[in-house]
Amino acid sequence: MSDTLLELDCLSVDYETSRGDLKALRDISFDVKKGEIVGIVGESGCGKSTLISSILRLTAPNTRFREGEIRFKGRNLLAASEKQMRDLRGADMSIVFQDPMQTHNPVLTIGRQMLDIQHRSRSPKAEKLARAARMLGALGIPDPEARLKQYPHEFSGGMRQRIAIAMALMSEPDLLIADEPTTALDATLEVQIIERLQELQREMNCAVLFISHHLGVIAELCDRVVVMYAGAVVESGEVREIFHNPKHPYTRRLIDCDPGHIKTRARVLPTIPGEVPDLAALPQGCVFRDRCTQAMPHCAAQVPPLSKLEEAHHAACWLNHGEVPA
Amino acid sequence: MSLLAVKGLQTSYGAVNVLAGVDFEVAAGETYALVGESGSGKTTVIRAIAGLAPAQEGSVRFNGREIRGLPERRLRPLRKDIAMMFQDPVGSLSPRLTIGSLVTEPYRIQGMKDRDLQAEAKRLLEMVNLPAHFASRYPYQLSGGQARRVGVARALALEPKLILADEPTAGLDVSVQGELLNLLNDLRERLGLAMVIITHNLNVVRHVADRMGIMYLGRLDEEGTTEDIFADPRHPYTRCLLSANPEPDPDARLVRIALRGEPPSLLNRPAGCEFRERCPFAQQGCTRTPQWETEGGRGLRCLAPLKSEQAA
Repeated sequence: MSDTLLELDCLSVDYETSRGDLKALRDISFDVKKGEIVGIVGESGCGKSTLISSILRLTAPNTRFREGEIRFKGRNLLAASEKQMRDLRGADMSIVFQDPMQTHNPVLTIGRQMLDIQHRSRSPKAEKLARAARMLGALGIPDPEARLKQYPHEFSGGMRQRIAIAMALMSEPDLLIADEPTTALDATLEVQIIERLQELQREMNCAVLFISHHLGVIAELCDRVVVMYAGAVVESGEVREIFHNPKHPYTRRLIDCDPGHIKTRARVLPTIPGEVPDLAALPQGCVFRDRCTQAMPHCAAQVPPLSKLEEAHHAACWLNHGEVPA
Repeated sequence: MSLLAVKGLQTSYGAVNVLAGVDFEVAAGETYALVGESGSGKTTVIRAIAGLAPAQEGSVRFNGREIRGLPERRLRPLRKDIAMMFQDPVGSLSPRLTIGSLVTEPYRIQGMKDRDLQAEAKRLLEMVNLPAHFASRYPYQLSGGQARRVGVARALALEPKLILADEPTAGLDVSVQGELLNLLNDLRERLGLAMVIITHNLNVVRHVADRMGIMYLGRLDEEGTTEDIFADPRHPYTRCLLSANPEPDPDARLVRIALRGEPPSLLNRPAGCEFRERCPFAQQGCTRTPQWETEGGRGLRCLAPLKSEQAA
C-alpha cells in the first residue's frame, strides 16, 4: 500500500543474556500511514524502548532480530547497511527523547547544535541560522535569534523540549518518533507542547509515533493507538474504539486505573495486582493470564493471536473468540 | 493548633528570590498538596521546612515550636517527627547499601541502639507490601515502584508525625501509581500521619489531598479544600492549570485557557501582579500588587478574581 510509511511485520527481538534469551518483542505487527499520529501505550517493561531502538536500528550489541521485518517506505530496515541507516536517521526519521535536560550538549550553544544538525545541507551558515531561528519561532520560543547564542542551561525544561522538537523537525522528516516527550514536564507545558506538535504535524504532514504512558495525552493527540504488554501488541485500533470499546482486558484495566477518570475522591484507586512476567522465562499461553480476572483454562494453553475484530480494530484475547479452539 | 504552620517564608540564593513569602498550615492527620509549574518553588518550600534549604525570613512552627534556622544539632532530634520522601526514588537510595540497611539507617542515625534492626526491616518492608527477603537486595535490583516503596518504608521508620513527599508518584505507571496512593491513604488512616505532597499531577491531588495550595513564582496564589478548588477556581492561574489537565477520553471537549508567554525570571520580577503579563483575564487595575487574603478557608492573591459562574 502506497500510503503506508512504516510497517512492522511479525517483528521478534531478543536480548541475549547470561540467563538466556530475553524475549523483548514478540510478533509485533502494526503500521503507520503517512501523516498519521499513532500512539504506543504500555507500562514499564512492555518493550516500548526496544521498539524505538529497533526502528532506528540503534540497538544494544546483544540484540538479536529473530524474525520479521521493519519496512520504512517499503524498504526492510533490518537488511539496510549501517551507511543507509545513517542517511535515514535525522533526515527521513528523527526522534525526540524523554528527558529534555539531557538531550542537548551542555557546552555548545543552541545555535551551534542547530547548525550541526543541518550538516547535510550545503546552504551558507547565515541561511542555516535563519532556518534555525524560524523553527524555534514556530515552536513559540520568543526572540529566537538572540536565543541561538545561549547555552542549554539558560533555558527552562519546557523550552529545552521545544528546542529538541524544533531540531527533530529541521529536516522535515516523514516520521517523528516521540519517546514520552512530555513526561518530564508539568501540565501547562505538556499541553503547550502537544498543541505545537499537532500544529507542526499538520503543516508538515509528517507521521508521528508517539510513545507515552499518559492516557490523557494519547486520547487527545493520536489517531490510532497500539497497546503493548510484556513485549507483545495486545490491542490496536482507532483511538475512539480503544478508549470507548476496548476489547482486551489489559486495555480495560489500564483505562480504569487512570485516576483522571475518577472525578470524586476515591479512597481506594483501582490497580492491576501482580507483576509483569519474566521475559526470559515466559509462561505458556497468554502473557496477561496471571493478572487477568477473566482468564479461562484455554488461556494457559495457547497464545491468543492478534485477530481482527472490526475494520482497523485488533485484539489478542480468547474472550473475543466465540468458539475457543480445543 | 496546627501541626505545621508556615508563615512569610522567604528563601533567596544571592539575588534570586526563590520563595517570596509562603503561608500555609497543615493540621495533624491532614494531607496538603502543593501544586504549580516547574520552578515555582514547591521543592524549596518542603526542603526549607525540613532544614535542608536555607530560609532567611519567616517562621516555620512545628507543634507550636519555631524550627526555622535551628542548627543541625537541634534539627536532628526533630527529624524523628518530620520525614522526607525525595523525588528521585532510585537516586535517593545509596547504591552500596542493602535495602535492609537503608530502611533501618534512621535508627542508627538517631542512635536507637536497642532496636532489633533485622526485625524492624522486616516490619517496615511488610508495611509497604514488599517481601521480607528484599532486605538483602540492592537498589539497582528494584523497579521504580519498588524503590518508591522503600522510600516510603524509610520515611515511616521513626513513626513521624509529618511526611514531606516530593513528587511521590512521578515516573510511575498508572497501575503502580494507584498502589502507592492507596498505600499512602491507608497509612495515613492507620497512623494518623500528616503529609505535604508536591505533585504536578492534578489527578493525583484530587485523590489524596484534603487541601491544596497553588504556587506561582515562589508564592501561594490560591488555597482551599481540594474539592472547592476543583469546583470553583478563583485565581486565573489555577484555572489555566486545571484546564490543562488532559482527559483520558478522545471525545472530551476541553476548554483550554492558554497561558501567555513564559514564566518571568526570578531575577526580574514583574511589578504589580506578577502573573499579570501571562494572565488571560488581566485588567487595568492589575498593575497594583495583590495581597494574600483569606476568607472562609480559602486564600487568594488576585485583584480580579474569577466568579463562580465563569468557572464553568
